[in-house]
Amino acid sequence: MGTEESNYSQINPKRCKGCAACVVACPHGCIEIGSEINQMGYQFARFAVRKCIACGMCFYSCPEFGAITVFKKPRKGA
Amino acid sequence: MHTIKHQKARSLYPTFDRKAPGADVSHYCPGCGHGTVHNLIAEAIDDLGIQDRTIFCSPVGCSVFAYYYFDVGNIQCAHGRAPAVASAIRRTHEEAIVISYQGDGDLAGIGMSQIVHAANRGENITVFFINNAIYGMTGGQMAPTTILGQNTVTTPAGRLAANEGFPVGVAEIINSLQAPVFVERVSLAGPVKVMKARMAIRKALRNQVEKKGFSLVEILSPCPVNWKMTAVESRRWLENNLEPVFPVGNLRDLPKGPFDQVDKKKARISDRKILEILGVGEEEVHTGTVRLKEEQNFKIAGFGGQGVLSTGILLANCAIAEGLKTTWLPSYGAEMRGGTANASINISHETIGSPIVSFPNALMVMNLPSLDAFEDTVRPGGAIYVNSSLAPRKVRREDVTAYHIPASDIANDLGGIQCASVILLTVYALVSGAITIETLQKVIPLAIKRKNLVDLNMRAIEVGIAWHRENCPKEEKTTEV
Amino acid sequence: MGQHLMKGNEAVIYGALLGGATHYFGYPITPASEIAHAAADLFPRCGKHFLQAECEVSSISMLYGAAAAGARVITGSSGPGLSLMAEGLSYLSGSELPSVVVDVQRAGPGLGYIWPEQSDYNFIVHGAGHGSHSGVVLAPNSAQEMCDFAYKAFELAERYRCTVFILSDAYIGQIMEPVELPRQIQTNPHKDWALYGDEGSRHNLLSSIYLKLEELEGHNLHLQAKYKRMETEIVDFEEVLTDDAEYLFVAYGISSRICHSAVGELRKKGVKAGMLRPKTLFPFPSVRLRQLAGQVKKMIVAELSNGQMVRDVLLAVQGVVPVDLYNWMGGRIPSTEEIVLRLQKDLAAG
Repeated sequence: MGTEESNYSQINPKRCKGCAACVVACPHGCIEIGSEINQMGYQFARFAVRKCIACGMCFYSCPEFGAITVFKKPRKGA
Repeated sequence: MHTIKHQKARSLYPTFDRKAPGADVSHYCPGCGHGTVHNLIAEAIDDLGIQDRTIFCSPVGCSVFAYYYFDVGNIQCAHGRAPAVASAIRRTHEEAIVISYQGDGDLAGIGMSQIVHAANRGENITVFFINNAIYGMTGGQMAPTTILGQNTVTTPAGRLAANEGFPVGVAEIINSLQAPVFVERVSLAGPVKVMKARMAIRKALRNQVEKKGFSLVEILSPCPVNWKMTAVESRRWLENNLEPVFPVGNLRDLPKGPFDQVDKKKARISDRKILEILGVGEEEVHTGTVRLKEEQNFKIAGFGGQGVLSTGILLANCAIAEGLKTTWLPSYGAEMRGGTANASINISHETIGSPIVSFPNALMVMNLPSLDAFEDTVRPGGAIYVNSSLAPRKVRREDVTAYHIPASDIANDLGGIQCASVILLTVYALVSGAITIETLQKVIPLAIKRKNLVDLNMRAIEVGIAWHRENCPKEEKTTEV
Repeated sequence: MGQHLMKGNEAVIYGALLGGATHYFGYPITPASEIAHAAADLFPRCGKHFLQAECEVSSISMLYGAAAAGARVITGSSGPGLSLMAEGLSYLSGSELPSVVVDVQRAGPGLGYIWPEQSDYNFIVHGAGHGSHSGVVLAPNSAQEMCDFAYKAFELAERYRCTVFILSDAYIGQIMEPVELPRQIQTNPHKDWALYGDEGSRHNLLSSIYLKLEELEGHNLHLQAKYKRMETEIVDFEEVLTDDAEYLFVAYGISSRICHSAVGELRKKGVKAGMLRPKTLFPFPSVRLRQLAGQVKKMIVAELSNGQMVRDVLLAVQGVVPVDLYNWMGGRIPSTEEIVLRLQKDLAAG
């Protein structure tokens, strides 16, 4: 995904119902609804590599449980 | 290495096995606000370290299955009753964290009484009120919070104030009460508002941990499926339509409640002390070895306030002291006639069947209406004790023995009209032999709490004895009248 | 032994506290108010909880919450209050929570009045509220039994995880009699299914909802099996001169007191009368009644209603013996003499 050096949100495609609450919540437009369909029949959201600040807006807006996990990039020198 | 900044709360089960083995998605519709609020509550439970202590009261409505998700103690409540259930749990476990989670039909419709009174008692509980202005689980009917003009399946032409009234402002209602410490309305319309909701939820739970008192957070929440719009549209609609009717913001945030929650705590009382309080094992006043000439079916009647019921109790207590079986029954139902109060007392050596004295063999009447009402019920050969001060006519029956005693006048002379019935009771004791004067004198100080009344009644016994000596010399010597 | 002269309504609270009661929730109603009065006085003094609820809907919900939290909880009310409790009673049964409910029956329907009746029988004995459920129904006929039954009610409620009703009436509530109090306080045991707000009980769930047909069916079968088991384990009754009885009164509560006197009077007149008094109305003493049906010439059910218990007697005796109903409504109470005369008249008429 090319996220080695940046923050990112991991979206579990099996748990996402594609409501897009995270898409509109993200201040930097990091999330989009993909074209694939999961086992529940939803077009699930996916993280697109943009300037994620790990603010958690997507996480807190998500109505599912554990569909989104937010990762912070490693500290410099860590 | 990346570090996890935000992840699913520990207070939510890893998999939702109560839903289905291995399930890891909710039963909520896409975009529903419930899941968001669940996540916020679970995170707060984690952060406050209260998972083991939490008892979650789930309502009726879409969130009836909250116990699928929350890894805490769970109880499912009848529709609207969660605040009453939570109040009782609160009063059972002082250290438990009790959450009532309710929707708008549950809290603002069927359970309005329970929420108002729990709030008014200042129960140290936390209530999360999900207001989505519609009934979700039952399929999109009008809620008490449905806004004017809103289409639902039961307001197909839109809610009309003239027919359905106005939407109910729960936060405002709760804020009108004195006891709550925290009332806030928040919205899930956008990420910034969600973060405000998060803060309110945490505060409301922290208040409980700190034993501050009742906290309620009203959460305006989207129901895209029943609003018939997408999840994104629903958040916009919420902001544009619900928020103007239900303004978000804090209505109350007190540093401390109006009373100390410790007041609801109960002191630990030892079993020995409880037995003492209940009088278990107290020695009774046992004086008598009375042999009854016959079972006593006694009725006393008079105006309310003439001590009719208490004199009956006094007699029953004396009977117990004599080692006899007894029953006392106040006037009731069909027994109540002529505007008089009366009581039935049975005294016997045998187990007493019916406690009702329909046909007394001893009648004591404190006034004329009582004499009129019960004279004819006395069994032939029985006795009637008449307070002739207030029942000026003579007993008409010739097959009973009548004692006309101006008890109220004598009592008045003694300094207290309320002892008239004890004068009559004394004469009854002497005539019937059912209880002894000695017993009466022992029981009165135990039965009457006020010292000056004890003295008055003791003097009443003396004048009763005197009246008996002067007026019925024969009965003292013979048992037959 | 110390005897305390007290009302039935007070005795029930003494029995409850000695039986280990920890919580009382209730709403006052005549003729049951003395229960709340006694509880308000004694529960706090004994370090227990008393709360006057805003209504009976709430008080029964409080029983639900406290019972779920492992408390020994009791309420007292009368017909109109019991009607409001129907919802909660059904939930208590559904979630199998133990509690004790005292019904001091008054005359109905509607507001009726405060006089005694026994017309809540169908409602209480055959499942108060929706669904196929019931609870143990104890029928005291004295102040002593109000105390004794409350004393043992919690253990029964916990044994079967059900509601235990004490089905009383306005007279048994209002009567004052000497009561001998139990000398030991029962302890409230730890329940492994209850919610204590701790790690050990965190996994517990109390609920009456079952989404799968098979599970709900299984839950119902489990409840019915429990009720069936009560019949062999706890059915209780008193017999008065049944050995040679030809005419058997069947009565409970205040009616049984009057019939007891009537049996005595009838015996004096040479009529071989007897009485069976159910002390448990659920489970009902059907087996014993069936035995007696082969012995007596007639059974007379005496009750203060339109004839509610009589149906259980008819079911029990299965047509083996004629069953008469002597009944009174609207608060009317028969005298002993009335019952004696009526039976004598019936016998004369053949």
